[in-house]
Amino acid sequence: MKNFEVTSSPIDLDVFRNRLVDRSCGGYVQFEGWVRDHNEGQPVLRLEYEIYEPLALKEGERILAEARERFGVTRAAAVHRGGVMEITEAAVVVGVASPHRQEAFEACRYIIDQLKVRLPIWKKEHYADGHAEWVNCQRCADHGHPPHPREAPL
Amino acid sequence: MQVTVRYFAAFREATGFETETVDTGAPSTGALFEECRQRHPGLVAWDASLVAINDEMVQWDSPFSDGDEVLFFPPVAGG
Repeated sequence: MKNFEVTSSPIDLDVFRNRLVDRSCGGYVQFEGWVRDHNEGQPVLRLEYEIYEPLALKEGERILAEARERFGVTRAAAVHRGGVMEITEAAVVVGVASPHRQEAFEACRYIIDQLKVRLPIWKKEHYADGHAEWVNCQRCADHGHPPHPREAPL
Repeated sequence: MQVTVRYFAAFREATGFETETVDTGAPSTGALFEECRQRHPGLVAWDASLVAINDEMVQWDSPFSDGDEVLFFPPVAGG
Protein backbone atom coordinates (compact mmCIF):
# COMPACT_ATOMS: atom_id res chain seq x y z
CA MET A 1 0.00 0.00 0.00
CA LYS A 2 1.20 3.49 -0.81
CA ASN A 3 1.82 5.65 2.24
CA PHE A 4 2.32 8.93 0.44
CA GLU A 5 -0.28 10.20 -1.99
CA VAL A 6 -1.23 13.31 -3.87
CA THR A 7 -4.80 14.12 -4.78
CA SER A 8 -6.82 16.85 -6.44
CA SER A 9 -9.95 16.08 -4.38
CA PRO A 10 -10.69 17.07 -0.78
CA ILE A 11 -8.94 14.78 1.71
CA ASP A 12 -11.30 12.48 3.62
CA LEU A 13 -9.87 12.75 7.12
CA ASP A 14 -11.78 9.78 8.56
CA VAL A 15 -10.60 7.47 5.80
CA PHE A 16 -7.05 8.74 6.19
CA ARG A 17 -7.01 8.18 9.96
CA ASN A 18 -8.78 4.81 9.93
CA ARG A 19 -6.19 3.42 7.56
CA LEU A 20 -3.54 3.97 10.25
CA VAL A 21 -5.36 2.33 13.17
CA ASP A 22 -3.20 -0.46 14.60
CA ARG A 23 -3.81 -2.72 17.61
CA SER A 24 -0.22 -2.35 18.81
CA CYS A 25 -0.37 1.45 18.89
CA GLY A 26 -1.37 3.59 21.88
CA GLY A 27 -0.62 6.97 20.37
CA TYR A 28 -1.70 8.66 17.15
CA VAL A 29 -0.58 12.13 16.08
CA GLN A 30 -2.08 13.92 13.08
CA PHE A 31 -1.02 17.22 11.54
CA GLU A 32 -3.19 19.15 9.10
CA GLY A 33 -1.91 22.09 7.11
CA TRP A 34 -4.80 24.43 6.24
CA VAL A 35 -5.20 27.16 3.68
CA ARG A 36 -5.35 30.42 5.66
CA ASP A 37 -6.79 33.76 4.62
CA HIS A 38 -3.58 35.81 4.78
CA ASN A 39 0.16 35.64 4.27
CA GLU A 40 2.75 38.26 5.17
CA GLY A 41 0.08 40.87 5.75
CA GLN A 42 -1.79 40.27 2.49
CA PRO A 43 -5.35 38.93 2.34
CA VAL A 44 -5.35 35.62 0.44
CA LEU A 45 -8.41 34.49 -1.54
CA ARG A 46 -7.26 31.03 -2.55
CA LEU A 47 -4.20 28.89 -3.20
CA GLU A 48 -3.05 26.85 -6.12
CA TYR A 49 -0.57 23.98 -5.79
CA GLU A 50 1.56 22.65 -8.61
CA ILE A 51 3.00 19.19 -7.94
CA TYR A 52 5.52 17.30 -10.02
CA GLU A 53 3.99 13.97 -9.20
CA PRO A 54 6.60 11.37 -10.30
CA LEU A 55 9.24 12.81 -8.01
CA ALA A 56 6.92 13.98 -5.24
CA LEU A 57 5.62 10.44 -4.79
CA LYS A 58 9.10 8.97 -4.69
CA GLU A 59 10.50 11.58 -2.29
CA GLY A 60 7.38 11.45 -0.10
CA GLU A 61 7.73 7.68 0.40
CA ARG A 62 11.41 8.20 1.18
CA ILE A 63 10.62 10.75 3.91
CA LEU A 64 8.02 8.45 5.52
CA ALA A 65 10.48 5.53 5.47
CA GLU A 66 13.12 7.74 7.12
CA ALA A 67 10.66 8.69 9.86
CA ARG A 68 9.74 5.05 10.58
CA GLU A 69 13.40 4.08 10.68
CA ARG A 70 14.57 7.06 12.71
CA PHE A 71 11.84 7.19 15.37
CA GLY A 72 10.73 3.55 15.31
CA VAL A 73 7.07 4.41 14.74
CA THR A 74 4.69 1.72 13.52
CA ARG A 75 2.79 3.58 10.84
CA ALA A 76 3.28 6.83 8.97
CA ALA A 77 1.35 8.26 6.06
CA ALA A 78 0.77 11.60 4.37
CA VAL A 79 -1.32 13.10 1.61
CA HIS A 80 -0.87 16.41 -0.24
CA ARG A 81 -3.49 18.25 -2.28
CA GLY A 82 -2.83 19.66 -5.73
CA GLY A 83 -4.75 22.21 -7.80
CA VAL A 84 -6.90 25.11 -6.61
CA MET A 85 -7.91 25.21 -2.94
CA GLU A 86 -10.18 27.44 -0.92
CA ILE A 87 -9.56 28.95 2.54
CA THR A 88 -9.81 26.42 5.46
CA GLU A 89 -9.29 23.35 3.27
CA ALA A 90 -6.58 20.88 4.33
CA ALA A 91 -3.65 21.08 1.90
CA VAL A 92 -1.57 18.43 3.63
CA VAL A 93 -2.25 15.78 6.26
CA VAL A 94 0.35 13.70 8.13
CA GLY A 95 -0.54 10.83 10.45
CA VAL A 96 1.75 8.75 12.67
CA ALA A 97 0.82 5.83 14.94
CA SER A 98 3.15 4.22 17.46
CA PRO A 99 3.03 2.31 20.76
CA HIS A 100 3.78 5.52 22.72
CA ARG A 101 3.09 9.20 22.04
CA GLN A 102 6.60 10.65 22.27
CA GLU A 103 7.98 9.14 19.07
CA ALA A 104 4.70 9.78 17.25
CA PHE A 105 4.97 13.53 17.97
CA GLU A 106 8.61 13.62 16.90
CA ALA A 107 8.09 11.62 13.71
CA CYS A 108 5.09 13.75 12.72
CA ARG A 109 7.14 16.92 13.14
CA TYR A 110 10.01 15.45 11.14
CA ILE A 111 7.72 14.43 8.29
CA ILE A 112 5.94 17.77 7.84
CA ASP A 113 9.22 19.70 8.07
CA GLN A 114 10.87 17.49 5.44
CA LEU A 115 7.83 17.48 3.14
CA LYS A 116 7.91 21.26 3.04
CA VAL A 117 11.52 21.54 1.90
CA ARG A 118 12.07 18.41 -0.21
CA LEU A 119 8.95 17.79 -2.30
CA PRO A 120 8.68 19.36 -5.74
CA ILE A 121 5.52 21.28 -4.82
CA TRP A 122 4.88 24.97 -5.47
CA LYS A 123 2.24 27.21 -4.00
CA LYS A 124 0.70 30.15 -5.79
CA GLU A 125 -1.25 32.62 -3.69
CA HIS A 126 -4.13 34.59 -5.19
CA TYR A 127 -4.62 37.85 -3.32
CA ALA A 128 -7.68 40.01 -2.71
CA ASP A 129 -6.26 42.80 -4.91
CA GLY A 130 -6.26 40.48 -7.93
CA HIS A 131 -2.59 39.62 -8.27
CA ALA A 132 -1.02 36.23 -7.70
CA GLU A 133 2.45 35.17 -6.65
CA TRP A 134 4.47 31.99 -6.25
CA VAL A 135 5.44 31.49 -2.63
CA ASN A 136 9.06 30.64 -3.19
CA CYS A 137 11.08 31.73 -0.23
CA GLN A 138 10.46 28.87 2.18
CA ARG A 139 14.03 27.62 2.07
CA CYS A 140 15.60 31.06 1.89
CA ALA A 141 13.91 31.99 5.13
CA ASP A 142 14.99 28.73 6.77
CA HIS A 143 18.58 29.45 5.83
CA GLY A 144 18.47 33.06 6.95
CA HIS A 145 18.95 34.48 3.45
CA PRO A 146 17.18 37.65 2.35
CA PRO A 147 14.18 37.11 0.08
CA HIS A 148 14.83 36.79 -3.64
CA PRO A 149 14.65 39.90 -5.76
CA ARG A 150 11.21 40.35 -7.21
CA GLU A 151 12.26 41.66 -10.62
CA ALA A 152 11.64 38.26 -12.21
CA PRO A 153 8.49 38.26 -14.35
CA LEU A 154 6.74 35.76 -12.12
CA MET B 1 25.57 16.87 -26.23
CA GLN B 2 21.86 17.44 -26.29
CA VAL B 3 19.58 17.42 -23.23
CA THR B 4 15.99 18.30 -22.49
CA VAL B 5 15.50 20.96 -19.84
CA ARG B 6 12.20 21.21 -17.97
CA TYR B 7 11.09 24.28 -16.05
CA PHE B 8 8.51 24.26 -13.28
CA ALA B 9 6.20 26.81 -11.63
CA ALA B 10 7.91 30.23 -11.38
CA PHE B 11 10.75 29.06 -13.67
CA ARG B 12 8.25 28.08 -16.37
CA GLU B 13 6.59 31.48 -16.13
CA ALA B 14 9.95 33.29 -16.12
CA THR B 15 11.24 31.52 -19.24
CA GLY B 16 7.95 31.03 -21.06
CA PHE B 17 8.98 27.41 -21.66
CA GLU B 18 7.85 24.13 -20.17
CA THR B 19 10.61 22.22 -21.94
CA GLU B 20 13.55 23.19 -24.08
CA THR B 21 16.07 21.16 -26.08
CA VAL B 22 19.55 22.46 -25.32
CA ASP B 23 22.92 21.83 -26.97
CA THR B 24 25.48 22.16 -24.22
CA GLY B 25 28.98 21.35 -23.13
CA ALA B 26 28.27 22.24 -19.49
CA PRO B 27 30.06 19.93 -17.03
CA SER B 28 27.39 20.10 -14.32
CA THR B 29 23.73 20.86 -13.71
CA GLY B 30 24.76 24.16 -12.10
CA ALA B 31 26.76 25.19 -15.17
CA LEU B 32 23.82 24.22 -17.38
CA PHE B 33 21.52 26.38 -15.24
CA GLU B 34 23.90 29.32 -15.70
CA GLU B 35 23.81 28.81 -19.48
CA CYS B 36 20.02 28.80 -19.41
CA ARG B 37 20.03 31.93 -17.26
CA GLN B 38 22.04 33.76 -19.92
CA ARG B 39 19.15 33.18 -22.33
CA HIS B 40 16.40 33.66 -19.71
CA PRO B 41 17.42 36.41 -17.26
CA GLY B 42 14.20 35.80 -15.30
CA LEU B 43 15.73 32.64 -13.84
CA VAL B 44 16.86 33.56 -10.34
CA ALA B 45 17.07 31.92 -6.93
CA TRP B 46 19.70 29.38 -7.93
CA ASP B 47 20.87 28.82 -4.35
CA ALA B 48 17.49 27.78 -2.96
CA SER B 49 16.44 25.81 -6.04
CA LEU B 50 16.55 22.05 -6.59
CA VAL B 51 17.62 20.00 -9.56
CA ALA B 52 16.88 16.47 -10.79
CA ILE B 53 18.05 14.29 -13.65
CA ASN B 54 15.60 11.75 -15.10
CA ASP B 55 13.36 12.00 -12.00
CA GLU B 56 16.17 11.54 -9.45
CA MET B 57 17.20 14.43 -7.21
CA VAL B 58 20.85 15.39 -7.78
CA GLN B 59 23.25 18.15 -6.73
CA TRP B 60 24.26 21.34 -8.56
CA ASP B 61 27.71 19.88 -9.24
CA SER B 62 26.32 16.62 -10.67
CA PRO B 63 27.27 15.73 -14.24
CA PHE B 64 24.72 14.65 -16.83
CA SER B 65 24.78 12.74 -20.11
CA ASP B 66 23.57 13.13 -23.66
CA GLY B 67 19.84 12.52 -23.87
CA ASP B 68 19.15 13.19 -20.17
CA GLU B 69 16.17 15.17 -18.97
CA VAL B 70 17.28 17.86 -16.52
CA LEU B 71 14.58 19.31 -14.26
CA PHE B 72 14.95 22.75 -12.69
CA PHE B 73 12.76 23.29 -9.61
CA PRO B 74 12.37 26.79 -8.17
CA PRO B 75 12.34 27.03 -4.35
CA VAL B 76 9.63 24.65 -3.20
CA ALA B 77 6.70 25.56 -0.95
CA GLY B 78 4.67 22.51 -0.06
CA GLY B 79 2.41 22.19 2.96
